[in-house]
Amino acid sequence: MASAEKQEFLEKSKTFWNPGKTQAWQDMGVDLVIDRREGYLLWDMDGRRLIDLHLNGGTYNIGHRHPELVEVLNRGTQRFDMGNHHFPSLARTALAERLARICGGDMHYTMYGSGGAEAIDIALKTARHATQRRKIVSIINAYHGHTGLAVATGADRFKKIFLAEQPDDFVHVSFNDLNAMEDALKGKDVAALIMETIPATYGFPMPLPGYLQEVKKLCERYGALYVADEVQTGLMRCGEMWGYQRYGIQPDILVTGKGISGGIYPIACVVVREAYAGWLKQDGFAHMSTMGGAELGCLVAMKTLEILERPPVKPMVNYIAETFRNGLADIMRLYPDFFVGIRQCGLVMGLEFDYPEGAKPVMKHLYENGVWAIFSTLDPRVLQFKPGVLMTADLCQEVLERVERAVGLAYADCLGRGRRASRHAA
Amino acid sequence: MTAIIEELLAGENRATGNADLMLQTAEWAAAAFARFDRAAVEAIARAAAEAGFAEAGPLAEAAVQETGFGVIAHKKIKNELTTRALFELYRSADYCSARILPQVKMVELPRPAGVVFALTPSTNPVCTIFYKILLALFTRNAIILSPHPMAKACSVRAAKIMAVAAEAAGAPAGIIQVIEAPNLPLIDHIMKSPRVGVILATGGTPMVRAAYSSGNPAIGVGPGNAPALVDDSAELDQAAKRIVASKSFDNSILCTNESVVVAVESIADRLLQSLKAAGAYPAKPEETAALRDLLFGKGSFNIEVLGKTATEIGSRIGLRLPANTKIILTEIDRVGVDEPLSKEKLCPVLGFLRVPHVQAGITQARALVRLSGAGHSAAIHSRTAANILAYGGAVKALRVVVNAPCSQGAAGYGTHLAPAFTIGTGFFGSSAIGENVGPQHLVNWTRIAYSDEPAELFGEFGGLDPWAGPPVALGREAPISLGRLQEGADQAPASAFASAPGVASPMAASMASDEIALMREEIRRIVLDELRAALRG
Repeated sequence: MASAEKQEFLEKSKTFWNPGKTQAWQDMGVDLVIDRREGYLLWDMDGRRLIDLHLNGGTYNIGHRHPELVEVLNRGTQRFDMGNHHFPSLARTALAERLARICGGDMHYTMYGSGGAEAIDIALKTARHATQRRKIVSIINAYHGHTGLAVATGADRFKKIFLAEQPDDFVHVSFNDLNAMEDALKGKDVAALIMETIPATYGFPMPLPGYLQEVKKLCERYGALYVADEVQTGLMRCGEMWGYQRYGIQPDILVTGKGISGGIYPIACVVVREAYAGWLKQDGFAHMSTMGGAELGCLVAMKTLEILERPPVKPMVNYIAETFRNGLADIMRLYPDFFVGIRQCGLVMGLEFDYPEGAKPVMKHLYENGVWAIFSTLDPRVLQFKPGVLMTADLCQEVLERVERAVGLAYADCLGRGRRASRHAA
Repeated sequence: MTAIIEELLAGENRATGNADLMLQTAEWAAAAFARFDRAAVEAIARAAAEAGFAEAGPLAEAAVQETGFGVIAHKKIKNELTTRALFELYRSADYCSARILPQVKMVELPRPAGVVFALTPSTNPVCTIFYKILLALFTRNAIILSPHPMAKACSVRAAKIMAVAAEAAGAPAGIIQVIEAPNLPLIDHIMKSPRVGVILATGGTPMVRAAYSSGNPAIGVGPGNAPALVDDSAELDQAAKRIVASKSFDNSILCTNESVVVAVESIADRLLQSLKAAGAYPAKPEETAALRDLLFGKGSFNIEVLGKTATEIGSRIGLRLPANTKIILTEIDRVGVDEPLSKEKLCPVLGFLRVPHVQAGITQARALVRLSGAGHSAAIHSRTAANILAYGGAVKALRVVVNAPCSQGAAGYGTHLAPAFTIGTGFFGSSAIGENVGPQHLVNWTRIAYSDEPAELFGEFGGLDPWAGPPVALGREAPISLGRLQEGADQAPASAFASAPGVASPMAASMASDEIALMREEIRRIVLDELRAALRG
């Protein structure tokens, strides 16, 4: 039960901030108001401790308020601010240079936004300039953000309410369907295919073996650029710096957001192969963003990348991913008709519950048991399970213990004791 | 990157942050390794030992080049002793399996320390790295090594050679890690980390003290200052040869080397002659004064002469010694703070003290160890059991080498002591361990103890595995799996679920990793073929 103080606050939240969203969480039994945060832990304003397995889509990939990020931001403010986006900048160039090295090949240029959606728009504009084509292909129910072009690539839910559909220029195809993909591309009028390496809000369906490689080949065959949205899958979350590396492809354009900011200073980046970054030479003022690539954000992003590139991190990610795979498989054996599958690519995980909206009671019981993980909006049988890349062995064990308890309680709600939860699901 | 940006990125937390990541990964590796069986552990230790052995020579050269200390040929011997020989010594020991003891109704389970943090010196850099790694591997521990900054390049190279070999032989990822840019605040940070199971500290006194006061269990070795008492029953030629062989070994860089020969007056002159015959040069009084000034003129031992040859040291005081001179003898008339040459000397300069009789010799030897080197080593050359016993009971050293070179003998070479490059100095030297450190010191045992009432019967433990359970995370590859509810998952070939939990893990556990890799490759090929066929259709 929320404290009087919290209840009073929630009323204010409805009055001044977002009544719909505030109420929706209360309806789902999640009365979270995040106060203090550290590492992978959150404390509710009533003092309750939660392990963060949501990470705001990977924003807190290396943990909340990482001490090295706090330090670099503090040091940065002694000398820099956001900077003047018109001029060459030490910080922006240094980050671009680092990203070019990390991405390899001819991915030379970095363009900056202040958030992932803005970066997606920049990527799509860049592809349109490079190909002189307008059409953009994306996955049905894809999610790439809420700005003008990004929102048009996504689900109707976020377009119709704002009259933001652009059906002529934005084509949607089913995920993992190569025939549909070829049909969409073969008219040779598509500027870019944009693809989250693993679609997040869709419940992390995994690319079937070979799918992404074939999609990339189709793009090459029909002259469309492949834009990899690595906002949620990049930054070691899949076991490599970028998720696409696990699938053996090299995109034409890469978008990174969320985690690159370290959760501490907004920034997002678009890394583009030299051949497709032509507008930078033709008219370097053609796109601008005052806060895009803010210099303090560049410093934080460089530190984030530095940390992720350190040698102990890769084995650590592997250990965490294997440990959760093994531990969750044990829990699955306890509830084989309820907890039926694990979608996994490294630390990008979706837990499958074979029950209508089965992830919602799991989320609720996890919340009550000190773990914050969110269900997938577009496939509520799936719980998004997103451990941080720097989680300690102890914390992983604690998560598994709490998940076992919560899944048991959710199972009882859904399938146990006279199935009283089935009414709720219907 | 410009200097301005690099400066902004170079915060104080950078080094400690990196160390914390190493510690976290080591903790994962240790947890995995603790479940390995003895056969797997032996294969990993063997691979590491052989890889080190193969590079014994080049690394000896690299160490001398980098530090300027010691003798390449001797360092090569030490590198060989701490690889293949050390492996052979402990290969038959078992620190991995449960011990079932029906006669006392007890089961003992080995429980590794977890993460071993090892400090290694500049004097014996490579062999100490090898030695500590093998000890950790035999006992299923992860190890993080912090080499002495003066020897970091050869130390890092040595550690990496073993790390690569161990992982190739199946060790969990990150089982051996090495700090490439060690410094004091960083070492202090790691020593205090709650993730460290035990600290193995070999180094100077401040470092060892810091290890003891870190709050973590620590096994440290401080300085030595070994006396070598020669009484009138000793075989003098043999004694002289052994003393010179020891004092010149690797230019006296082992902390077990003799510091002062304590000779009973009745044989002192004859011993001196024998020492000369064996390659010692007795310095004249004015040369002794110059050496005192060279070695200790600045208060503490002059690092510039550490591990240098006798002739080099001679030339520093303007003394041209014959090329075959192995050590320099400096006669002293007392032991104590007022005679610096009675302190530890990691170079082939040996004190020579005459005493009227054995009892006085024991007293002087005691004084020498009191000056420094408490709990460390001492030597005696004698055929009189009573003298040897009285010496052992009086001198505060925890190993007394009899009729053998002390450098090698106290370190377990040429005696039946355990070969070691970390010498426990015990309670005398503020250490928890008083033996030559071996693998047994890096493992505890859980003892499952039954009631001693005869009616309580001991269980049937044969064939049971205390660590049976789901597969162990090895840190090599982050899993990928499709799940079951996903659209299209059911149409994918059944084999594509190879990494799905519950389906393939038991199978995977029973397969060698290269078989799995081959199987994965095969699956990839089949799926791609099917996709291509579908596309053509």
